[in-house]
Amino acid sequence: MNIYQEELLDHYENPSNYGTLPNPDISHEEDNPLCGDRIRIDLIVEDDIITEVRFCGHGCTISQASASMLTEEIEGKSLTEVKKLSRDDILDMIGIPLGPIRIKCALLALKVLKAGAYGIKCWPGEEDE
Amino acid sequence: MHSSHFRPLDVENIRKDFPIFATTPPLAFLDNAASTQTPRPVVEAMDAYYDTYRSNIHRGIYRISEEATAQYENAREKVAQLVNAPRARQIIFTRNTTESINLIAYSWGSANIREGDEIVLTVMEHHSNLVPWQLLAQRTGAVLRFMEITDEGLLDFTQLQDLLTEKTKLVAIGHVSNVLGTINPIQSIITAAHAVGAKVVVDAAQSVPHFQVDVQQLDCDFLAFSGHKMCGPTGIGVLYGKLELLEEMPPFLGGGSMIRSVERDVSSYAELPAKFEAGTPSIAEAIGLGHAVDYITQANLAALQVHEQELLKYAHNRLNDIEGITLYGPSSPHQKAGVISFNLEGIHPHDVAGVLDTHGIAIRAGHHCAQPLMKRLDVIATTRASFYLYNTIEEVDRLYEGLCSTQKLMTRRRI
Repeated sequence: MNIYQEELLDHYENPSNYGTLPNPDISHEEDNPLCGDRIRIDLIVEDDIITEVRFCGHGCTISQASASMLTEEIEGKSLTEVKKLSRDDILDMIGIPLGPIRIKCALLALKVLKAGAYGIKCWPGEEDE
Repeated sequence: MHSSHFRPLDVENIRKDFPIFATTPPLAFLDNAASTQTPRPVVEAMDAYYDTYRSNIHRGIYRISEEATAQYENAREKVAQLVNAPRARQIIFTRNTTESINLIAYSWGSANIREGDEIVLTVMEHHSNLVPWQLLAQRTGAVLRFMEITDEGLLDFTQLQDLLTEKTKLVAIGHVSNVLGTINPIQSIITAAHAVGAKVVVDAAQSVPHFQVDVQQLDCDFLAFSGHKMCGPTGIGVLYGKLELLEEMPPFLGGGSMIRSVERDVSSYAELPAKFEAGTPSIAEAIGLGHAVDYITQANLAALQVHEQELLKYAHNRLNDIEGITLYGPSSPHQKAGVISFNLEGIHPHDVAGVLDTHGIAIRAGHHCAQPLMKRLDVIATTRASFYLYNTIEEVDRLYEGLCSTQKLMTRRRI
């Protein structure tokens, strides 16, 4: 299956929640040293609920589209729920098979989110059980 | 090396030696600066070792071990002839270019580099010819200095006189840039370095596979390259060194094979090249490399170079037609080996390589282990096509068409 499908390209071309927030409760930014992709995520959190989210950054289609999809997924959810999002959830969301290098592109947004919100530093799926 | 009468490459027949191209549509493999494909004669030579005389070398008192030793040493002879090394024992087998350069940095470097000494590099070095020198500088207090490049990707020679002083103990330079394809005029740098008493290490990973390199003519002190970029297997690399330097240098790794005699507290070391080949080496891979040398020399290196120049010129012309493309490196293909780095405006190199992959075109995207050069070019990454003896004009056409359809697919951009 071609990884450059319409849905992904649509997210890349017209990303949801693109931009920054003036006074975010949580703001975090990281890059993927392997390819230089960079993502920042800003959150407004009220009573554990993510009421507003924005992301910005640059990089390949996969990294930017997955960030766009992730922001749609988490808006209105509680931080407790969002903490449970896993590597597999993101890959299901992308919905197409990815090689090991591109998986990192897909997971960068979740990594940034978890580092910002919970201080979890490792790549999703590589947590110590 | 004796240059035989010129005949062009028989690419059609060459491709028959590579089963990987037997698919429909055939794989367009354009990532040869990273690693090349392996022809049947090389695989068959390694198979023959495993199937008929598999054994360890140098100490077996039986026929097949003697055979393995003879084949391993025969490969060394072939490599020595390829680069015109005066003696086969000046050829040390390592794992790859990186290990060869680390060997120099640890062994020669630790014995000869002191605080305040200067090591001159260029900004276009691959990490393998940069990080070992950073580590050496950190161990010794030596200072790294860098030759800059022009916007066209050529070394800036106006700096050379300032860079080379009596403090310069070593110049480490890539013969051909793995990103820009620039063929550096290392002969004049070697002469200038020797004039101030510095030794010169040549990273020849991107040159030895593609054209005739003569270590005696260059008069370089060390030269390193890898087998897997010249039709050989992975896991085998080469270090050439001047005899008197290699003889004076302390061992790099200690262990079996590299000793003459061992007492409880002290050992004496074997003669060259064994002194630098501790432990059981990559025997099959060395034998494979010997046959890879045969393969590319029988194809004829001069013809190979002409073929790559043709591909490069054609690729320059076609790719330059694409709107929004930026080519990096010298504009004249004559100053380049078969490497072409570029970016399409507004499209991430990973996406370019990702879309081309769906067209059966294998191409590199990323920083190419040359992050300081990426910074100098002010890019995060580039896309790179690189050629070898089996590539064709049709594959360049496929690359061109693939890039055009990538643009069509991806140019709907974020505003």
